[in-house]
Amino acid sequence: MSAPLRLLWLQSGGCGGCTQSLLCHERPLFAELAGVGIEFLWHPGLSPASGPEALQILEDAASGATPFDILCLEGALLRGPAGTGRFHLLAGSGKPMTEWVARLAPRARWVVAVGSCTAYGGLSASTPGNPLEACGLQYEGHIPGGLLGREFRSGAGLPVINIAGCPTHPGWVTDTLAALALEGMQPDDLDELGRPRLYADQLVHHGCPRNEFYEFKASAEKPSDLGCLMENLGCKGTQAHADCNTRPWNGVGSCLKGGYPCIACTEPEFENPGHPFLETPKVAGIPIGLPTDMPKAWFVALAALSKSATPHRVRENARADHPRVLPVQKKTGLK
Amino acid sequence: MSRRILGPFNRVEGDLEVILDLDDAQRVAAARVNSPLFRGFEQVLLGRDPLDALAIVPRICGICSVSQSVATASALADAMGIRPTANGIRATNLILAAENLADHLSHFYLFFMPDFAHRAYASRPWFEATAARFAALQGSASAQALPARAGLLKLMGFLAGKWPHSLGLQPGGTTRAPGASERIRILAQLRECRAFLEQILFGDRLEAVAAIDSRAGLATWAEGRAGDFPAFLALAADLGLEHRGRAYDRFLSHGAYAGQTAPLFPAGLWEPGTDPAPLDPARISEDSRHAWLVDEEGPLHPARGLTRVEAGKPAAYTWCKAPRYAGQPFEVGALARQLVAGQPLLRDWVNRQGASVPARITARMLELARVLPAMEDWARSLEPGQPYCTPGELPADGHGAGLIEAARGSLGHWLEFRRGRISRYQIIAPTTWNFSPRDSQGQPGPLEKALEGLPAGPEAPPLVQHVVRSFDPCMVCTVH
Repeated sequence: MSAPLRLLWLQSGGCGGCTQSLLCHERPLFAELAGVGIEFLWHPGLSPASGPEALQILEDAASGATPFDILCLEGALLRGPAGTGRFHLLAGSGKPMTEWVARLAPRARWVVAVGSCTAYGGLSASTPGNPLEACGLQYEGHIPGGLLGREFRSGAGLPVINIAGCPTHPGWVTDTLAALALEGMQPDDLDELGRPRLYADQLVHHGCPRNEFYEFKASAEKPSDLGCLMENLGCKGTQAHADCNTRPWNGVGSCLKGGYPCIACTEPEFENPGHPFLETPKVAGIPIGLPTDMPKAWFVALAALSKSATPHRVRENARADHPRVLPVQKKTGLK
Repeated sequence: MSRRILGPFNRVEGDLEVILDLDDAQRVAAARVNSPLFRGFEQVLLGRDPLDALAIVPRICGICSVSQSVATASALADAMGIRPTANGIRATNLILAAENLADHLSHFYLFFMPDFAHRAYASRPWFEATAARFAALQGSASAQALPARAGLLKLMGFLAGKWPHSLGLQPGGTTRAPGASERIRILAQLRECRAFLEQILFGDRLEAVAAIDSRAGLATWAEGRAGDFPAFLALAADLGLEHRGRAYDRFLSHGAYAGQTAPLFPAGLWEPGTDPAPLDPARISEDSRHAWLVDEEGPLHPARGLTRVEAGKPAAYTWCKAPRYAGQPFEVGALARQLVAGQPLLRDWVNRQGASVPARITARMLELARVLPAMEDWARSLEPGQPYCTPGELPADGHGAGLIEAARGSLGHWLEFRRGRISRYQIIAPTTWNFSPRDSQGQPGPLEKALEGLPAGPEAPPLVQHVVRSFDPCMVCTVH
């Protein structure tokens, strides 16, 4: 194998949850990354070097003295107050993290935004008026720009790779890093918001365990109900891009399987939906956030039809936390 | 006198800077702790629907995510005047315990132990084996510890959808009723975790570890025993770490893991040589004197607290406020929790020698040994067919408090809402207590106190690192 790919990972205006999620990877993580030829130049949560030694690693990377391949950033960029970046001065350096990132990004072959706050700003950008002046690496909400600007391209000629999600699934990160290491990525491997299509071509709705309830519009009314969460409880799974229900979380789970709605955490500005997270906004009793690629009139007509045909079992179970009515046993053999 | 600034202080959660003033003997004369990242979640929450806090607060922290959720769910339940169902309490305890125990494992294997692979210890007889086992990113231990941690967090897949950042913890309980097969799988997962703890970490049964009742008994137990924790105790004894890292020896716990009548570990205060005293949350205050925040009219109880930025404030050196109980700094965490709960080994140890690096580590290890069997009980007692979540109604105006224990110690949320919108939200996280700056009286925070007197010149062994990491800081929670 050729020389290892050096990965530099930094954290700023976020919660560290994408690293914590990554450590939940199903297989031994460090061995898997090493297996595709990736080694950590430095990671704040995992590496041995601390203090002055760590600062020297970063300085050498920023000056070009130490070449590196992948820059992963976790957390929004905090440009405030008043453009000073003082909401996050990297410890020991006295310099704003925004300045470090602006120096490092052009040196990397690929720049990866890990998590929705790094990609688009996320919760750090959601204080009214955005006093933190928080933004993503190459987006501010859904608008291209951010810290690096819309024209930014990394050494390999790609825009920032936005592994959006709050948090990211460990597989989204390991698969993206492995794809970079094994074959590189082409612009066409990213969707129009910069997300790797390897997970963002699907909708959260695909493989939803509440599928039967969705079909019959048998809806949950309160937390812990088994029914579809779209009509009343704010679920955006039919609109949100991610493979959460075909790529299980923590071995077996997903938000929907866990009994709560998809809040579309892979989408820009998910943090400010304009309505309470756990309520579905409606006009004249009809949810306004209908599936993106279906004519509204058809959806309404089909919903009315399927509601009228809802089996008793599905209707009853939709409003319970465990099945109260079981599927009938067919006596004559299945055909 | 000289000054050393240590940062980025890595292998903690988040960014940390420690500023040390050294005397002529290169010992710490004064320490200042800077939490350099400010995100302002208390402002993020203002004006939102109160239930939105359930989606927002877990995102304060990726390692204490469930703890933040449980605190807000508890504050909202307080405001609604409801109590979770019996199954909801058991499931919440399982979810919270899974996070807390996973955090104890992450801390020991990923954050704390790699420091003993430092070249400063190359001459010690245990060095080679320790470096092979625990060196950061390279040691053999992580290949066993990470899957064990991930296995424990599979409970989240069954009970909470995912980790971190679940919306499954609600004021009335939890949103996911596991089926019969899932209950079996949860028990299997707990057996797997038990096997890792008994075979790899302890080299003994959990019940035997939990029963050790004195400092001398611990030394006898560890003698010659194969296991990662006994190996730590041996090297800690060799380095004399039991004399390092003492803070104020004042301990506070909100009480952990709700029960039908009493929590598994009670709330209270404890100091050596005394019986535990009851905790009166009204005596908690936060002091902003040395934070880049407006002083307001002096220290405030969090129910009246404010968080307003004053970035150019003179004499400030951190974004962290200084929580105090009756005006005094207190240490929180697994050690505090177990001391308040009367765990005999730790009481004996701290009565004799005060708190220290190995006492804090041992407290986490004892929690692994004590809480996993409790998790087995909670999982077995999940009642099929019984509800997991009780509905509640929020009034238009109200307030509530949620005081819980996260892995790293006492976490409090104080919430107030008017006309259906959050009008005040204040949070005190465990590391806010432990890594607080000086207050208006000039009293250093617990870590600042614990670092005083340590050798810390450029050639010193990484004692400062051991003491800092013995608190298992979570910096993203600290300032939030």
